[in-house]
Amino acid sequence: MQHLANPTRFLKLANAALPCVWAITVILFIIGLYGALIISPADYQQGETVRIMFVHVPAAWMAMFIYSVMALASAMAIIFRHPLADVAAKTAGPIGAVFCFLALATGSLWGKPMWGAWWVWDARLTSMFVLMLLYVGYIAIWQAIEEPGRAALIARIVALVGFINIPIIKFSVDWWNSLHQPASVFKMGGPSIDPTMLWPLLVMGLAYTCLFVALHLTSMRSELAARKLRAILIARGAHN
Amino acid sequence: MLWSLLARDLTLAARQGGGVGTAVGFFLTVLVLLPIGIGPDQFTLQRLAPGILWITLLLSVLLSADRIFQQDYEDGSLEIMTMASLPLELVVLAKTLAHWLSTSLPLAIAAPFLGVLLNLKTQTIWPLLVAMMLGSVALSLIAGIGASLTLDLRRGGLLISILVLPLYVPVLVFGISASTGTPDIIAPSLLILSAIALASLVLAPLAAAAALRAYLK
Repeated sequence: MQHLANPTRFLKLANAALPCVWAITVILFIIGLYGALIISPADYQQGETVRIMFVHVPAAWMAMFIYSVMALASAMAIIFRHPLADVAAKTAGPIGAVFCFLALATGSLWGKPMWGAWWVWDARLTSMFVLMLLYVGYIAIWQAIEEPGRAALIARIVALVGFINIPIIKFSVDWWNSLHQPASVFKMGGPSIDPTMLWPLLVMGLAYTCLFVALHLTSMRSELAARKLRAILIARGAHN
Repeated sequence: MLWSLLARDLTLAARQGGGVGTAVGFFLTVLVLLPIGIGPDQFTLQRLAPGILWITLLLSVLLSADRIFQQDYEDGSLEIMTMASLPLELVVLAKTLAHWLSTSLPLAIAAPFLGVLLNLKTQTIWPLLVAMMLGSVALSLIAGIGASLTLDLRRGGLLISILVLPLYVPVLVFGISASTGTPDIIAPSLLILSAIALASLVLAPLAAAAALRAYLK
């Protein structure tokens, strides 16, 4: 990681890698969507609506994964003062929020035919909703503090405090739910999932991950460009 | 040092009265308005009472949160406190404890008895009192994190609630289950509530002090 500490070296690598990553993403999406929408059978209980799962579940995975990336990058920024870590954390935030929103929105669309309601205060939905709030808070901190150096310092703390709390919130929400609703609203037909449905799901998961990597690298690149631009403008302002 | 700082903050809170007054006023307003909104049905109010009391406590603490560091930051005393021999973490601890003693704890003690307005079951009063006293420690400490993170922001009020509300979820969940659950649930809920309070006692000053350093640089 220290090798990449130099932004120029990072940009060189990112520029070289990005076309490959995008290509892999597109290929994985084609395979995954073909498997999900055409090859895999309709569920005997849920019918065709089960196909929402293939866009919904990976989005939820990504929402949790990206928060971890954000927290890890923030920790790296504190511990190693890695110059790119803050950029990585900052740009991961909005991407993670979009995946989180996707998970909530597709879940809501799935919930309407399955449970007859757009929203149910189920344990998973509630903890996902809280995760969305954590993302919003993190993004808002970057927006609210004008001075970038200070914003970075504060945002690190927000990300880490949120990360420590995610398992506690998850645990408490599970407890709360088991207290209020003894019978779960939905059962996924046990833990076993048919292989014809499993492989498209995993491919979609990979496709989402690659999509995140591609978006993240692009976003980091533009953030670095924006910082350079800002530095140039300030320098020019100082001369005039 | 710690104690003199605590005493100073408590004296200030007692003489000024602003923060405490706002929180208590808010608490009473909600308690009076809610039955008017929900309807006077005694049974409904009784069922909702513990939840209403907890949420009102939570929001009152949140409402007074931005005052924890604000004044001392504006008049520069916070800056001087960073130069003292006392570590900033302990300064934060003293100030959040002062907030707890002056705002959260009085509300937590008064709330179960004000529950009479909502037809709260008499046997719920004691569990609610214990749970709220424990929970209010965590509420004040977490409010301290929120206050330090938004110290110098003009529109900090909205941001503080977005940042703090997710952290309040566990306190609310275990607070409610400790106050209304069956006896076999009350004990573990109280234990977890104490665990949350103790963990925030250690972690919140660290996080808040780090945020204050970023603003005081």
